[in-house]
Amino acid sequence: MSPDKHPIAILPSFSRMLRLTRPNREDAIAFIILTGLAVLIFRAAEGAVAPLSTLHLEPVTLGPAHLPYYALRTVLRMFAALFASTLFTLVFATLAARSKHAGQIIVPALDILQSVPILGFLTFTVTFFMNLFPGNVLGVELASVFAIFTSQAWNMAFSFYQSLRGLPDDLEEVCEGFALSPVRRFLRLDLPFATPALVWNAMMSMSGGWFFVVASEAITVGNTTVTLPGIGSYLALAIQHQDFRSVGWAVGMMALVILAYDQMFFRPIVAWADRFRFEQTASTERPESWFYDLLRRTRTLPLLLVPFSAIGRLLLAMEPTRHEHQRSEEGSVNPWFERLWQAMVWIGVAAALSWTTHYVLTSLSPRDIGMAIGLAMVTLVRVIVLIVLASVIWVPLGVMIGLRPRLAERVQPIAQFLAAFPANVLFPFAVIAIVRWDLLPDIWLSPLMILGTQWYILFNVIAGASAIPNDLREVAGMYDVKGWQWWRQVALPAIFPYYITGALTASGGSWNASIVAEVVTWGSHHLEAHGLGAYIADATTAGNYPQVALGIGVMSLFVLGFNRMVWRPLYAFGERRLRLS
Amino acid sequence: MATQAITGAPTLPLIEVTGLNHYYGPPPGGHLVLEDVDLTLYQNEVVGLLGRSGSGKSTLLRSIAGLIRPREGEVKRIESEDCPNPSVAMVFQTFALFPWLTVQENVELGLEAQKVPANERRTRALAAIDLIGLDGFENAYPKELSGGMRQRVGLARALVVNPSLLLMDEPFSALDVLTAETLRTDLLDLWSEGRMPIKSILIVTHNIEEAVQMCDRILVFSSNPGRVVAEIKVDIPRPRDRLDPPFRALVDDIYARMTAKQASSQPARDGVFPGTGIAMVLPHVSTNTLAGLIEEVDGTPFNGKASMADLADSLNLEVDDLFPMAETLQLLRFAELRGAELVLTPSARRYASAEVDARKAMFGEALLAHVPLAQHIRRILDERATHKAPARRFRDELEDHMSEDFAEETLKTVTNWGRYAEIFTYHEDHDQFSLDDPQ
Repeated sequence: MSPDKHPIAILPSFSRMLRLTRPNREDAIAFIILTGLAVLIFRAAEGAVAPLSTLHLEPVTLGPAHLPYYALRTVLRMFAALFASTLFTLVFATLAARSKHAGQIIVPALDILQSVPILGFLTFTVTFFMNLFPGNVLGVELASVFAIFTSQAWNMAFSFYQSLRGLPDDLEEVCEGFALSPVRRFLRLDLPFATPALVWNAMMSMSGGWFFVVASEAITVGNTTVTLPGIGSYLALAIQHQDFRSVGWAVGMMALVILAYDQMFFRPIVAWADRFRFEQTASTERPESWFYDLLRRTRTLPLLLVPFSAIGRLLLAMEPTRHEHQRSEEGSVNPWFERLWQAMVWIGVAAALSWTTHYVLTSLSPRDIGMAIGLAMVTLVRVIVLIVLASVIWVPLGVMIGLRPRLAERVQPIAQFLAAFPANVLFPFAVIAIVRWDLLPDIWLSPLMILGTQWYILFNVIAGASAIPNDLREVAGMYDVKGWQWWRQVALPAIFPYYITGALTASGGSWNASIVAEVVTWGSHHLEAHGLGAYIADATTAGNYPQVALGIGVMSLFVLGFNRMVWRPLYAFGERRLRLS
Repeated sequence: MATQAITGAPTLPLIEVTGLNHYYGPPPGGHLVLEDVDLTLYQNEVVGLLGRSGSGKSTLLRSIAGLIRPREGEVKRIESEDCPNPSVAMVFQTFALFPWLTVQENVELGLEAQKVPANERRTRALAAIDLIGLDGFENAYPKELSGGMRQRVGLARALVVNPSLLLMDEPFSALDVLTAETLRTDLLDLWSEGRMPIKSILIVTHNIEEAVQMCDRILVFSSNPGRVVAEIKVDIPRPRDRLDPPFRALVDDIYARMTAKQASSQPARDGVFPGTGIAMVLPHVSTNTLAGLIEEVDGTPFNGKASMADLADSLNLEVDDLFPMAETLQLLRFAELRGAELVLTPSARRYASAEVDARKAMFGEALLAHVPLAQHIRRILDERATHKAPARRFRDELEDHMSEDFAEETLKTVTNWGRYAEIFTYHEDHDQFSLDDPQ
């Protein structure tokens, strides 16, 4: 064994630093790209900490020349939110998975927060953050970031928690057998194992985040409206001015930005995270990314990572040595502590419940509650009809596409792009159409709710159809199974579990979207449909907090109930009977 | 790497297990998996834990490894001059390699946890990889390796921390026959040459030949609950030849002991109280395999009478598979276990030569006569006007007597048997039993 085959492990980067060879062509390209990015980030961050008055001195204008800067600010906000969501996930999901007591609180909370209409929150959080940094843009920025954060954090944390619960027993035993410290175990087992799912979820969340960017950059608190420079506020302004061209510019810019961070950020990460996929056999197809390949071919870039790995090593070096395995003290928990804890949890739940009930009841009459529930029924009908319609359209198409692998390869990224695209951008067109032909808003505003979420159905069905095993298709072909029999016995059962996943996401998203889709404005035209979404939106505009709270509560109940009573059983059925394994 | 003299009688104790009881499920109560296990492991010996699934042998291994804290009893590591700080390391059936770490990183994992300096870590890891014959694969990821090579990595990872005792949990059962044999031989060579830094090996297996080939001492476990029912010294000189008459004799002897124990515990489970007959745990054995086994024993060269060891050989089955089948045949009175021999009854021989429908009828008769749960289900269905009964009710009844998993398995088994015999049928959609089978 020659020693230089294995660079000495303690300071691999250092030895590489000493042997520092000439930077290569890839270094030059990477340097240019990375410096560019750094300058852009700095430029955007500068704006984020300016005094609040700058917002009035330099109001958002519709000149396309400013658009790149606005886009930059928006993207920075989104990445700040993504960063916060990731931190939140790593801390809270790990805590929930590790500690029984923490899990008891965190898991149901995440489950509920996932179903809560996030847009309704805005009203409550903006005031808080503005008071945190009075007179500075940073407060408003943080409020906006928080809005995006709330759309990402819960499902990322939930996915991470579920990954940690699914850790392979044998690997856990190895860690325990070697008495790995919690930090080391986290770095060696938990984090790598959960990374692929987390990355995938972060991508999805980022797409979802766009929807909230548009809604959260122009914030109205009571009588004051604060407008942060960004694509969202640009778009809001364009809508206000009925300026089609500017809407077009904004849409184009958005497409560019999405493309850019997909190529420069998510693709490389997906390519990198592939190594953590838990499989014992080599996969045939590996995700590729030109940017990742470029970074890997550079010679000097690894130097940038030295501080990070040094921190990691320092962290590990600081923990005390543990030679002998300490047996877990399960079953020896003080029963009194256990009882006390349970009592505290229940008291907490009861207190929260009674406080909310009291708040709502003192400020609202039972008639209000009845009305909210009635409106929720209207929205429920809308969601169901829309899901059915979207399924009727996209299931056959998705199956057709999924069965043609080459077509699927091309359509899949488009569908994902469309899902990432904030559908609220397209609302003005609907308003114009409705106004021009004098259509009934109660019916014709409805499709807007599912505009952005229907793609989840499409790309899940595509994935399901491409996963139909070839032998099943050959059997169907051989016995000449076609028409309705083919759908009934081959295609529909095979895609069912995938379809349910897609429909579940689409339905949850549609409820949330109803808050912006049931009330739509284009310049002076103001259209409103009856529904819980409109109820919440109107209450927010009017600054009627009890009504907002009531609306959110009722909507959460409906979403949760719908998930528990419809989607979960269907999902369980699909897993039990139709999963091809 | 340290070299130990492995000759000489094992005298110095290394691990002492006393009065071990363990249950599955939350205390108090639960399902008893290990009952009153006492065991002393000495230095310089290879000890095998032999038993069927559910005998708690893996639980015992994990208790010794410190991964499980037994409900009652004690596992003590004994310090001695030779071995001032006894430690253990484990090799897993599933290899348990981290797919995102290379071979070398996987091997270094335990050293890293012990805060061994990087230089020493690397030297020791490379030496272990070298020892185990994986030289040149240091930078490979586990998914690039074959099963046998992966288990070599698992072995190197365990050896590199210099454990006093090497624990092996069915280390070869996920490998194909040929690979397993190679790996076993390599391990035995390293052991007899004293090239591994370990004092003793404790290996869990359900392969009797493997146990006889590798061990100095074999502890035979009964199942439900796990108890040590026999301790067998293996004095055959190494290297051992499977075809050697003493080797064969010992294998036969162990089969006999395992069947003898089973025969005595069977009536105890069945019929102490009137009505507990349905509480019998039925192993998941398909009717096809039963028919196959009857045909095999009925045909040449066995002619209705076969030693379990020969059967295991000719059918390439391990104890875990073969014993449940043989016992099911015994339960249905299709066969008798006499010592280490399986002898078909006349009805089984008639079965072997019968046509499909006649076979089904015979199987149905046997089922209704000897399997109380099948009788019970059939009687309920007969009594009801609709000839239907929810499966839930039987599941609940079974769960009164056994754990949820066993209840599920038992019901699945009786469903399979009942369907084959056409004495009742089951609809998954409605989760109910009925008589109206589409004829």
